[in-house]
Amino acid sequence: MSNAPPLLEMRGIVKSFPGVQALRGVDLALSRGEVLAFLGENGAGKSTLMKVLGGAHIAEEGTIVIDGVVTPLTSPDDSRRAGVAVIYQEFNLVPGLTAGENIFLGREICRAGFVSRKQERKRAAELFERLGVGIDLDVPCRSLTTAQQQLVEIAKALALDARIIVMDEPTAALTSHEVERLFEIIRDLKKHDIGVIYISHRLDEIFTIADRVTVLRDGANVGERPIGEMTRSHMIEMMVGRELKDEFPSRVPVIGEPRLEVRGLRRGGAVRDVTFTVHRGEILALTGLVGAGRTETVRLIFGADEREAGEIRIDGNPLAIRSPEEAIASGIGLLTEDRKLQGLALGHSVRENFGLPNLIRLSRGGFVKLGREREEFDGYAKQLSIKIPNREARAGNLSGGNQQKVVLAKWLARNCDVLIFDEPTRGIDVGSKYEIYLLMNELAAAGKAIVMISSELPEVLGMADRILVMHEGRVTGEITDARRATQEQIMELAVA
Amino acid sequence: MKRHLTKALTEYGMVFVLLGLCAYFSIVTNTEQSPTGAAAARQVVASIAGLGNAPRVIIAASDQPADAEFASAAERGLAAAGAEVVAVVKGAPSDARDVLVKAAASGRGIDAIACTDATGAWLVFSELEVDFPGLGTPKVITAKPYRWPNFLKSENLLNIANQIAVIAIIAIGMTMVIITAGIDLSVGSLIAFSAVLAARFIRDYAGGVEATPLGMTLACIGAIVMCGVIGAFSGAMITRFRIPPFIVTLAMMLVGSGLAYILAKGQSIYQIPDSFVWLGREADFFGVPNAVVLMIILYAVAHIVMTRMKLGRYIYAVGGNIEAARLSGVPVKRVLMLVYIASGVLAGLGGVVMASQLKSGSATYGNMYELYVIAAVVVGGTSLSGGEGKMLGTLVGAFTIAVIQNGMNLTNVESYTQKVVLGLVILGAVLLDKIRHRR
Repeated sequence: MSNAPPLLEMRGIVKSFPGVQALRGVDLALSRGEVLAFLGENGAGKSTLMKVLGGAHIAEEGTIVIDGVVTPLTSPDDSRRAGVAVIYQEFNLVPGLTAGENIFLGREICRAGFVSRKQERKRAAELFERLGVGIDLDVPCRSLTTAQQQLVEIAKALALDARIIVMDEPTAALTSHEVERLFEIIRDLKKHDIGVIYISHRLDEIFTIADRVTVLRDGANVGERPIGEMTRSHMIEMMVGRELKDEFPSRVPVIGEPRLEVRGLRRGGAVRDVTFTVHRGEILALTGLVGAGRTETVRLIFGADEREAGEIRIDGNPLAIRSPEEAIASGIGLLTEDRKLQGLALGHSVRENFGLPNLIRLSRGGFVKLGREREEFDGYAKQLSIKIPNREARAGNLSGGNQQKVVLAKWLARNCDVLIFDEPTRGIDVGSKYEIYLLMNELAAAGKAIVMISSELPEVLGMADRILVMHEGRVTGEITDARRATQEQIMELAVA
Repeated sequence: MKRHLTKALTEYGMVFVLLGLCAYFSIVTNTEQSPTGAAAARQVVASIAGLGNAPRVIIAASDQPADAEFASAAERGLAAAGAEVVAVVKGAPSDARDVLVKAAASGRGIDAIACTDATGAWLVFSELEVDFPGLGTPKVITAKPYRWPNFLKSENLLNIANQIAVIAIIAIGMTMVIITAGIDLSVGSLIAFSAVLAARFIRDYAGGVEATPLGMTLACIGAIVMCGVIGAFSGAMITRFRIPPFIVTLAMMLVGSGLAYILAKGQSIYQIPDSFVWLGREADFFGVPNAVVLMIILYAVAHIVMTRMKLGRYIYAVGGNIEAARLSGVPVKRVLMLVYIASGVLAGLGGVVMASQLKSGSATYGNMYELYVIAAVVVGGTSLSGGEGKMLGTLVGAFTIAVIQNGMNLTNVESYTQKVVLGLVILGAVLLDKIRHRR
């Protein structure tokens, strides 16, 4: 065993993008049956390295050795043949096809030229049985939950006989129960000698599941330890390169008059009679399991979807909001949970993205004041320490954390009275998280009313003044003193 | 350095392709040219002035307009140079014979005959000493030929611009539509609809061939507004009922074409005053055709709208990520409506220009034009998936198509072959764009 070559070795991998040196000679090793936690701030180069492994990017320098054999990976197909399966944060499933069809996509089981659906179903059912889950094989993947889609991806990897499985933020959209289930599956994979590279920002999970930890910073290795020799603060320190005292900045809330009042909000089965109030200077957390109707609720407030019933008031004045345009004009801002689909035009420059909600303010007679726009953007880029080569950089080329900061900048510049943050720190590194928390505190101190949707209970407890818990479209509980609440208390209300 | 070069090549690739095509056609159409008109006259006068003191000259010109210009310019020039113009022939060889006979009879010799390229070849001048001994030994003087590409003649270049004006004008609207990730297939039919409508308005309400400029202007505006209404209808279907633009505009393409045939009763409408061709055929501005001037103004405005104005930014945003745009407060539906109205209005304007060029309105106009317009936009580097593209790129794209067509006409390429070549060029342009984006 000790003499056998490791399952995977990546040596001196170098990769750059226009204006960004993403990887500067990164090493990585993985043994059979090992779970390697791969840590780093956003923009540290984790995703890029995994894309090199998955064959989506081609490294400029460096070698990849699998089972002691140098294996050049120049296409996703190369990687697949080498036994590598990468499960990206954004799944690679065709939404209109069923789980079985997705698993065998491109490698259909055929008989005399015809796809044998029966065989495919049987194999798929076997795979899901091995994973110990029941997934409806007749519905298209778009109707599956995020957790189920994740399982389909894992099943796909197994069907390919993958020996190296990469999971990029696999738990970002999972509930704690589903996370437990995933861990059981990973432990089972280990028993089958499969090596797993596990990328996550949730440090608790890493202590639960990983055998070894590798930390990346600014495209270079900064350290590697067995999990037993690691502490939480040690990990954070390695990632951010400095000591971080508290995960959540402290603040003394000064709560004023009611600012946003919502009464009897309703839309289908997703949002049923939701009523709440947010005050000036208050951070209200909206929590619950995924699918509890939190995002749907704020979308109704923002006018992104049409509400069937309900009243929205700001500073006591009722508003007839029918579109995001009107919501923004009334002083409401929404930072969506999905940056790539709803927050940014990825092909456009960060400056243009920044300007979009602010053009009404930044234009005269229909002409955009380009100078003012540049000036303001530069100001926010500095204030939020957005890492960009220049303001014309494409939003799609930035890391998740920097993208989120661009979204933040565009809404900060709009100067809304009510700011709704939907999963503001999802998929974001510890350092950026802290900066975003600080900013939320500042906004609250400036008298804004803040609504924060979050699935991360420590974040909810650490940041909120008051907590609303939702379940199946209803508010099932309110915790008025968030400082004394416990995770158990919230979970009880969330599953009620 | 190398990076700069690749960047320049990828950013302005189509401009280089266009320039390359121009260079190619210049080389292959480089032929012997004879000066005409005043330019020819200047040369002839200079040669005659060198013959000595007060030469006696006959000017020979045909009845072509360019020759008339030659005759008058030569007459003035020779007088100034101290020559004696004995006679000016304007017409056929037989007229020249009469003049020569008369001159020979007078008994005084003739020193030179100033000819254009065409009259210099008249047989009557070929053996003067034998046929008219009384003339002495007159020399037949013509301007010297020179080499110059047919392609690069100014009238050919203006012709290219005038030919492409309709497509280029409509391509402005199409660029906006495609940047929003849409498509407008109805523009070709709207050309016919607009041309027929304008012609009918002029015939039925503005007094037919007696129509005043005001009446014609109102008729054209009426036709353009109707095309805008059709564009608005397409936009409403797309935004309100979320029917894909391809389907909506495909339907409107059939509707527009059908309406044009109904309105024209299947015939061409030509009861239009001669002055109606002002927009399509005349050139009031330093010899640049009016339609080309209109096109240039429209491109300048569109370029400013797309790069400097809020509306342009919104159009790009809608195409780049419609959901992100909506959630950023962009009035997505209004932007889309506006874009389809603009496309309809510009197609209507294109129809009016075409009716003016052809001095009639017919339902057969603009057939397949939507495809050429889309080709111009795509060749110009606008992505069909939306969110990116440049107005000036479209202008380059339109000219690329026009230059290829014109160049092939000049080099006598068959029209069937032309289609094949054009198709391959469009494919090549898109390929270039794809390579550019693979970074």
